[in-house]
Amino acid sequence: MSATTANQPLEFFVTEDPHAAHGDHGGDHAEHHHETGTMLGFWIYLMSDCLIFGILFATYAVLGGNYAAGPAPVDLFDLDLILISTSMLLFSSITYGFAVLRMDKGDLNGTTIWLIVTGVFGACFLGLEIYEFNHLWHLGATPMASAFLSSFFFLVGTHGLHVASGTLWLIVLLVQLRMHGLTHANKRRVMCLSLFWHFLDLIWIGVFTLVYLTGVLL
Amino acid sequence: MKRAKIAAFLPLIFALSGCNLVVMSPSGDIAEQQANLIIYSTVLMLIVIVPVIVLTIFFAIKYRASNQDAPYEPDWHHSTTLEIIIWSVPLAIIICLAGLTWVATHRLDPYKPLSRISADQAIDPEVQPLVVQVAAMDWKWLFIYPEQGIATVNELAAVVDRPIEFQLTSTTVMNSFYVPALAGMIYTMNGMQTELNAVINEPGVYKGFSANYSGAGFSQMRFKFHGLSEQDFDAWVETVRADPQGLDRDEIAVLDNKSIAHPVTYYSAVEDGLWDRILNQCTSDDDLCMNDMMMVDALGGGGLEGLFNRELFRGLCSADDPEALLALLRPDVEHSAEEILAAMTLTPAIVASDPLPNGN
Amino acid sequence: MASSSHGHGGATLHTDVHPFWGKLNWDALAFLHDPIILITFIGVVLGGIATLAAMTYYRLWGPLWRGWLTSIDHKKVGIMYMILGLIMLLRGFADALLMRGHQALAAAGYEGYLPPHHYDQIFTAHGVIMIFFVAMPFVTGFMNYVMPLQIGARDVAFPFLNNFSLWLTVSGAVLVMISLFVGEFSTAGWLAYAPFSGLEYSPSVGMDYYLWALNIAGIGTTLSGINLVVTIVKMRAPGMTYMKMPVFTWTTLCTNVLIVATFPVLTATLALLTADRYIGTAFFTNELGGSPMMYVNLIWIWGHPEVYILILPVFGIFSEIVPTFSSKRLFGYTSMVYATCVIMVLSYIVWLHHFFTMGAGANVNAFFGITTMIISIPTGAKIFNWLFTMYKGRIRFETPMLWVMGFMITFVIGGMTGVLLAVPPADYVLHNSLFLIAHFHNVIIGGVVFGIFAGIVFWWPKAFGFSLDPFWGKVSFWCWLIGFYLAFMPLYILGLMGVTRRLSQFEDTFYAVYFIIALVGAVFVAIGIAAFIIQIVVSILRREELRDHTGDAWGTGRTLEWSTSSPPPYYNFAFTPRVHEIDAFTHMKRVGFTRPSEGYMPIHMPRYTATGVIISGLLTVLGFAMIWHMWFIAAMTFIAAVAYGILHTFNYNRDYYVPADEVRETEHKFLSKLAEPAE
Repeated sequence: MSATTANQPLEFFVTEDPHAAHGDHGGDHAEHHHETGTMLGFWIYLMSDCLIFGILFATYAVLGGNYAAGPAPVDLFDLDLILISTSMLLFSSITYGFAVLRMDKGDLNGTTIWLIVTGVFGACFLGLEIYEFNHLWHLGATPMASAFLSSFFFLVGTHGLHVASGTLWLIVLLVQLRMHGLTHANKRRVMCLSLFWHFLDLIWIGVFTLVYLTGVLL
Repeated sequence: MKRAKIAAFLPLIFALSGCNLVVMSPSGDIAEQQANLIIYSTVLMLIVIVPVIVLTIFFAIKYRASNQDAPYEPDWHHSTTLEIIIWSVPLAIIICLAGLTWVATHRLDPYKPLSRISADQAIDPEVQPLVVQVAAMDWKWLFIYPEQGIATVNELAAVVDRPIEFQLTSTTVMNSFYVPALAGMIYTMNGMQTELNAVINEPGVYKGFSANYSGAGFSQMRFKFHGLSEQDFDAWVETVRADPQGLDRDEIAVLDNKSIAHPVTYYSAVEDGLWDRILNQCTSDDDLCMNDMMMVDALGGGGLEGLFNRELFRGLCSADDPEALLALLRPDVEHSAEEILAAMTLTPAIVASDPLPNGN
Repeated sequence: MASSSHGHGGATLHTDVHPFWGKLNWDALAFLHDPIILITFIGVVLGGIATLAAMTYYRLWGPLWRGWLTSIDHKKVGIMYMILGLIMLLRGFADALLMRGHQALAAAGYEGYLPPHHYDQIFTAHGVIMIFFVAMPFVTGFMNYVMPLQIGARDVAFPFLNNFSLWLTVSGAVLVMISLFVGEFSTAGWLAYAPFSGLEYSPSVGMDYYLWALNIAGIGTTLSGINLVVTIVKMRAPGMTYMKMPVFTWTTLCTNVLIVATFPVLTATLALLTADRYIGTAFFTNELGGSPMMYVNLIWIWGHPEVYILILPVFGIFSEIVPTFSSKRLFGYTSMVYATCVIMVLSYIVWLHHFFTMGAGANVNAFFGITTMIISIPTGAKIFNWLFTMYKGRIRFETPMLWVMGFMITFVIGGMTGVLLAVPPADYVLHNSLFLIAHFHNVIIGGVVFGIFAGIVFWWPKAFGFSLDPFWGKVSFWCWLIGFYLAFMPLYILGLMGVTRRLSQFEDTFYAVYFIIALVGAVFVAIGIAAFIIQIVVSILRREELRDHTGDAWGTGRTLEWSTSSPPPYYNFAFTPRVHEIDAFTHMKRVGFTRPSEGYMPIHMPRYTATGVIISGLLTVLGFAMIWHMWFIAAMTFIAAVAYGILHTFNYNRDYYVPADEVRETEHKFLSKLAEPAE
């Protein structure tokens, strides 16, 4: 840090107050290293989550063709329905982006509204997924029917579970935003959820391509 | 023997070979080569290991704090020459070892037919290997001899100096087929077939067992492996044939019951196609054979109908009229019918036995 | 490992499942029928009552709860990890002794005292406990305690998460311990290969204990990994660039990167197996197209890096101890760092060497064999680096250095047999044999365990302000060293005699002499463990004699943790250190530094919280309920845990400032002691 010229004594301790710049010691004071630490930590968490999906994708890649003399993707999936649910999720990412833009402007109400819209899109996606699962179940295509269906339900279901927890988080965050406003802590949480939400979108694109598109069209 | 020469450098191993080190002094050529490989690799590695141990002790004594005469350089922490040596010497050894590994792994691949009978005996291309089909069961070993049409439980015999080809599967959990005197082990797994090629060079009775834990009866999951001369083997076959009992699917159902320390049992005859049924997990008529199921899957699955009516596909793999089955399964895909038919000409054994790790 | 049933299947497969209590009923308390377990149970109950009574009598509940269990101070969390490791070591070692005794009897032609179903649980429990609940807590404890001090930080990046990770690990350990008395443990081996671990072959609750314990503990480990990576990346003292970090911090970084990159694989794999068992999916049974071989691949994709997760921090410990006791700078710091990173990357592409005998093709086997051998190059470089650190040094053979010497000689032997096993055709004859058992105990005891003991003795004075008694330390070391060689050299020979692992009965009695020697070795190790505990007790009693006021107990400490007082104040450093060179504290001492005695400022610190303990407690109940199919309780505890977690996010008041006066008072106490003339 300090220049180490020969005739200058070396500083071995940080003696100035790192918090001198902002005097508020309230609940939401921002420590810069801490904040970036949270974002980095959340990134690393997402990467570890990505590995879980990686394993589920790999499982699907290995077992996806083992229908146990039962139905294959072409017998089961309805691409039109999936197209709608995919667009729901993609739209929700865009609206989350709008929420973050409003947050940067310090507009609490705008942020709230866009987050609600995001949540509604997410809920629609979940609703369609539940509808699809329910439909498959009634056909007899349960996770117990073949290795292909086991890996399908697990891959898509884990993603759905993530969207569900993301939606729950969104609701909690909305309450906290209304309670405390756009504090540093809340902004950090909005950014973390934003990362999480876009990450789920990315995973879904993988699911959509590997499971649905290649499954039905190839 | 070449190995003896090396053993002279290794008094330890030499001394120990007196005490029944079957892995180091086996009676089959494959195991022999594997034992040699252990010695070569060990010698190669000792080039580094011995100096490290010696230097550790030497430095510890020489540079002990009480020895104030020894040089002391508290800031010495780098030497390019030394760094090059400590990285390159192990590297050089690993390069040698890697070369050895590559060659040996290919030469001793258990799937590869033998290329020699022993170090000084070439293989006779006229002699077909003795085929033994091995099924690991809870907790016993079933051996089927297709050539002789007999089967045994917990007793294995083979002709000295005649190649043996084991085809192995399991009706239960993973086990590992291991006769240390004969050759290295290989896993047995249900629904899959692994292979092991080996030869026994000296007559005798050897131990065989499962080397992969498989449950409560695992400790007693042993058998005797008899290396016999041609005449003795024929006599042994006759003894087995003398047993009134034959091996059929009903008897397999009996053997499927768990048993510990199962007595040696002989079967004078074996039902046709029994091995394929064991391998494909369909000794009971309630089960769809794995090869049939895999064929349906290869053709794009059985559709929703397949969830409820699997009987439709029974015998697909071995059917005489694949076109009809194709029509049954995929009436709407005439344009790719030829491709699919080409796929179906695969023999059932290959479809079923292709071990997945080979890149399936 | 409670069980009275000796056949396959287990006693706890009940056809009737109670709507509320699930599969749990009085039959589950199988210890009542088994003398070994019954005696253990009585001992645990008496000991437990005594401990509880003593704690109540001395009014320790409050201080325990407020000062330790809810603590998010990385030092206390680290110490609690170590305590967990020590307690579980006793349990895991008791299993080892039972096995050694039984095998010695069985090899001598007796029946032995363990029926297969019990024996199978013991070797499974031994493996699971030693890896997950002994080695992991110990190394995580070191990383937690030492690393933040080494980088001049006041805590880890996410202190609450750190406490939560600890309690998740404890939760897993608690479930394993409960299985000793309620129901039974898994018989499927420490990695629970499918299809053996599936419902068809392992219908009892034992496998479920395994799954829930490991999954809960595994999530804790992942969270701890994320935490420590961020701590190192973001919270190093000013001036400490990556290439000026202490080697232990480097190995901690690589270890935690490995944790983050592999434990999710374990979580996913166990989740799939759980689904197979609870829902009836078809991942690892091949009747409906699943693949047991996929399980073996997946579990080793986690399992092999796991080995390096254990050994890398220990390499770091050695890299701190050797220079300290040689009074000399570490030789080849840069190559040490690169070697660590190379090992980290390579550990990911060698997993198939655990099952060469599965029948993969020659190309695949040769590839994985060669990648495995390549790992020995950086590992060898590390050994040479320690060797040349000793070269031209002034070596003091204090207890930690003795452990290092024992390690260097023992570990290279284990490394050699490891490379031997990496040659596929050699592995065909040695796989699953006692040779393999000897090999991995050779590297885990000779490497990890020796390193853990070295580290404990090395950093004990830092953590408690007094050093450990050297006499009992040396007794412990020699007993371990001799015990190790006696216990495992015979196993190498038995392996070459074609004796396979996990056997509870033997065909021949000529193995007996080797098993008896191994048993004697195990007894030596038991004495070594006892000596270690005596060492701690004796040292606590003699703590005033062994007291260190300087903070630099060995006099030659090189890294920042030695620059603060012993034990460090809860804020670690009154002033964040500035780093100019590698071995920052040595540099400070050489240049001649003065500790500032004025100008203290308020220090920003996190508040303690009980959330981690409470949620982990709920998750323990959840795991137990799932194991016994008590669906209602499971659902309730799941909802409670989630609700409590959400509630926690509504608490914004998570930190406070230590007033400057309090810092001044604490520091002046240390400085005045420091100024006193040394005895």
